[in-house]
Amino acid sequence: MSILIQFAAGLVFGIGLIVAGMSDPAKVLNFLDLGAIPSGGWDASLLFVMAGGVAVTTLGYRFVLAWPRPLLAERFSLPAAGRPDARLLTGAALFGIGWGLAGFCPGPALVATLTGGMPALVFLAAMLAGMTLARWRASAKAPLPMQERGRA
Amino acid sequence: MIETSFTPLASLLGGAVIGAAAVMLMAFEGRIAGISGILSRLLPPAPERPAAGRVAFVAGLIAAPIVTFAFTGAWPVPQIASGLPVLIVAGLLVGFGSVWGNGCTSGHGICGLSRFSLRSAIAVAVFMTTAIATVFVVRHIL
Repeated sequence: MSILIQFAAGLVFGIGLIVAGMSDPAKVLNFLDLGAIPSGGWDASLLFVMAGGVAVTTLGYRFVLAWPRPLLAERFSLPAAGRPDARLLTGAALFGIGWGLAGFCPGPALVATLTGGMPALVFLAAMLAGMTLARWRASAKAPLPMQERGRA
Repeated sequence: MIETSFTPLASLLGGAVIGAAAVMLMAFEGRIAGISGILSRLLPPAPERPAAGRVAFVAGLIAAPIVTFAFTGAWPVPQIASGLPVLIVAGLLVGFGSVWGNGCTSGHGICGLSRFSLRSAIAVAVFMTTAIATVFVVRHIL
């Protein structure tokens, strides 16, 4: 049951990315291209993806996180609300540069596995290599703690 | 560059569907729909167990085009203008950066902002800035 739910969540997430246009790197790059505003080439669509996503998630989380526990798990596993540190800033900065270079972030890169041909697979392979490298480096340092909420 | 058209309604709807998936994962599993986290925890050096649920989530993402094809008859082909060297460098940066910074567009952007997380708000501000700066340099300076 739990595995089926998680497959469905991935499927719905991917459908959302496709409907939103976010699975298309050309659209992402045109959104990030603020320099194209004067020429009229800027595509503001992704602001609407963000607005729709954050609105539904904020309301949904407010409702769900008031429950004593999730439907199929013993507790809520939320990232700890720590202070921003150098690692967060470095990681986010590097992520942004990569996102700006090709227009792909992890979700759209996975959605493109069957649809994007060789270029998408090359990006995906490089992304998995980059993730592995970061995990190797991070395993030498202390991992970020997870904050657990709710009763078992 | 490849021209794209402004699609506010489809993008708003798509965003809401993404949000619905994030809420669904929280309601049933109590977890954040952070794609870099879900994916990277399947990788070496220490893949986390149990992995089946996360594999299923990733499989769902990969299968999504099949569902939209069934409904619309159109295969959602991503328009990729970058050459292979750029794709490799970009992939390495996206992969490394999202794990190092504990999140990507989904984990920090959708889930983190929706929880009013300060760390996520700062991460989003930083990656939006470097992404916009990168596109500016590539398209308007180089």
